[in-house]
Amino acid sequence: MFGYVAHRLISLALSLLAASIVVFAVIEVIPGDPASYMLGLNASDETVAALRETLGLSGGPIARYLHWLGGMLTGDFGTSYTYRVPVAQLVGDRLWVSLPLAVYALALSTLIALPIGALAAARRGRAVDYGIMGLTQIGVAVPNFWFAMLLVIAFSITWKVFPPGGFPGWDAGFLPGLRALTLPAVALALPQASILARVMRSALIETLHQDFIRTARAKGLSEGQAIRRHGMRNAMIPVLTIVGLQFSFLLAGTIIIEKVFFLPGLGLLIFQGITQRDLIVVESVVMLLVFAVILVTFMVDLAYALVDPRLRR
Amino acid sequence: MIDIAHLDLSIAGTPILRDVSLKLGQGRILGLAGESGSGKSMTALSILRLLPPSARLSGHVHLDGQDLTTLSEQQMCSVRGRQIGMIFQEPMTALNPVQSIGDQVAETLVIHGAARRGEARRIAVERLERVGLSPDHIPPDRFPHELSGGQRQRVCIALAIALRPRVLIADEPTTALDVTTQERILGLIRGLVDEQNMACLFITHDLAVLAELADDIAVMKAGEVVEAGATLDVLRHRRHPYTRALFEASRHQPVRVPAPPAAAPLLRVERVVRDYPLPRQRLFGARPGFRAVDGVSFDLHRGESLGLVGESGCGKSTLTRAILGLEPIQGGAIRLGGEKITPQMPPALRRRMQVVFQDPYGSFNPRHSAARLIAEPFHLGGRPADLDLRVAEALESVGLRPTDADKYPHEFSGGQRQRLAIARALITRPDLIVLDEAVSALDVRVRAQILDLLADLQGRLGLTYLFISHDLTVVRAVTDRVLVMKAGQIVEAGTTAAVFAAPSHPYTRTLLDAAPMLPEAMA
Repeated sequence: MFGYVAHRLISLALSLLAASIVVFAVIEVIPGDPASYMLGLNASDETVAALRETLGLSGGPIARYLHWLGGMLTGDFGTSYTYRVPVAQLVGDRLWVSLPLAVYALALSTLIALPIGALAAARRGRAVDYGIMGLTQIGVAVPNFWFAMLLVIAFSITWKVFPPGGFPGWDAGFLPGLRALTLPAVALALPQASILARVMRSALIETLHQDFIRTARAKGLSEGQAIRRHGMRNAMIPVLTIVGLQFSFLLAGTIIIEKVFFLPGLGLLIFQGITQRDLIVVESVVMLLVFAVILVTFMVDLAYALVDPRLRR
Repeated sequence: MIDIAHLDLSIAGTPILRDVSLKLGQGRILGLAGESGSGKSMTALSILRLLPPSARLSGHVHLDGQDLTTLSEQQMCSVRGRQIGMIFQEPMTALNPVQSIGDQVAETLVIHGAARRGEARRIAVERLERVGLSPDHIPPDRFPHELSGGQRQRVCIALAIALRPRVLIADEPTTALDVTTQERILGLIRGLVDEQNMACLFITHDLAVLAELADDIAVMKAGEVVEAGATLDVLRHRRHPYTRALFEASRHQPVRVPAPPAAAPLLRVERVVRDYPLPRQRLFGARPGFRAVDGVSFDLHRGESLGLVGESGCGKSTLTRAILGLEPIQGGAIRLGGEKITPQMPPALRRRMQVVFQDPYGSFNPRHSAARLIAEPFHLGGRPADLDLRVAEALESVGLRPTDADKYPHEFSGGQRQRLAIARALITRPDLIVLDEAVSALDVRVRAQILDLLADLQGRLGLTYLFISHDLTVVRAVTDRVLVMKAGQIVEAGTTAAVFAAPSHPYTRTLLDAAPMLPEAMA
């Protein structure tokens, strides 16, 4: 087990290093100079050069890469070109919206998907199975922002249960914050749950055809007991893979939902950063997301080992 | 004790069993013999009522006077595992990979409410010890992947007998195992049956196993029991023609032309070494190696048939892959007709040897027609102008019809598919054909036909065979010389007749003793 974890950790560190180089290089080759963008078309060359100096944009690429990397390691993400505030602070504020939203959506998706996926597998080929598969087909096909609008019409306009958008901040209390995030989380969770339920169903059906399920039945387990005691855990590997991918997506890929619900999340921050050539923000947020994705992958790897003893080596 | 009367079974409208009646007595082993598809396993699953939803079963299964066919599913759950234990063919996949072996044995006790978890664990250790897995060597917290095939089958037996059932059903429990392991597992089953006075239904396709193990034999064909009686009586008199056919096919000896006098060797294997790197033990340590083939040398002459025998893990498959030029070797040399074999060898050399594998279905792309499959080796050096003729000729030489060229693999039977595989090997007119367990998956009667075909082709086309098998009976019947391999080395080599008559290495003797043979006296 120790060797496995050490191996994963080294791979995590190397992935991060490689990602930082790629992110930095991509930002380098993107056309558009933040200094001339900020100063407008009429600025003189000297003013632009002076601003470049203050923004830390002068100097060779290797020196700037090392400076940026060193800053990241010490928690200094630089200063936003447009907002003139530390990037760490900008990102920190947004992260407190995006992270809870992603966790909330993922929890909903998993809680919905695993039971209905397992139910469909246990009743495969029967009406319940067809019903669930039909619903998840719709869930996969319909875009989440459309769900979002339906949810707003139903739960904010017709029945005024949840706010239609905006985020009061966690200072306003835990429950108001949670209420504000509920509709976006549901809108995000439904398509994800549909995919996950289908994965759960097919993984479990595949497991149920294995010889050891027959052994379990010959021992005297009922079909339900065999599924619960021997099927579920063996079906977890593909399910965990999808859960990991979904979490990464939910963290950064929520920009449309953030737009629909006016949530100050990471997706919107990165979008603004790109349109305003605030490249230091883009660079840092992208790096942060890469870090999150790699961390999630690492945790999924650990979960694999917990589920399957064959991987603990 | 268990009385099966007039069992009829159909699955989705297809009749599977017809009027099957069997009697199992206390402390006795009833051997159920027959070829694949004869309904042996379905009889066993009908007793336990572990059948697919579309199955229709009629007839009676009386266990100590109680008719199991009238019980509800819930009642059957308490019969399975408690009164009837069952073990299956594939020990590699019969256990849950993510649960420790101790827990899997204990589960039988827990599920029937026979013991609480802690107590069940203690009993599980006891049962594992009884089947030969002492906690000092194989602790109960091991997982199945840490055990060998034989050890896993012992775990399966332990969980089947955990509650001391009245009846044990064993479905081909040793078919996937090596002969020496098979001998020990058979001894264990016999011992348990005697000790616990169980009734045992032992299913196998191998009459030789039954000759040594069973008290009674029933022979099944196409869903019916065609002959039943005491083992010696059935095997000696063979009243039913089907029993006779099975018996004769099991000991079939094809007529072979003697190998021509040895000229220069066709295949020369010299001090071949094959190492595999293993995972690192420490983070930055050097990767340790595993020597799968350790200094193997032999010659194979043109027109000769050479057997390579050994148990799983002895390195014979690794050696085969090296001879086929699929993997690099780390020492020594392999030459075919003087030319060196490496993974980079030119196609012209590669097409001079072909291979036939064990599983004909797995080695064919199901979406290709027979003609395309057979013509596959021509990607080595281009399609000849007379391709259709060559395909037809290859089909005819293996006893298929030229019109079969348009069929797809699923339209052939198992034996026909193996003929197809041989046709594919023949089409480039190779010098050497490697037969890697090529008849091991076949039923005895089909196997006899394929062995005849191979002998006939060798005589007509002057082919050279390297015959790799774990089945000593077959190797004895079809090879001129034999090599015995153990732990990466050739421990004995000689003419087949001499090695089988007077083995010199103790390992060869162990192998020969363990291999079940039909007694000569019965012939």
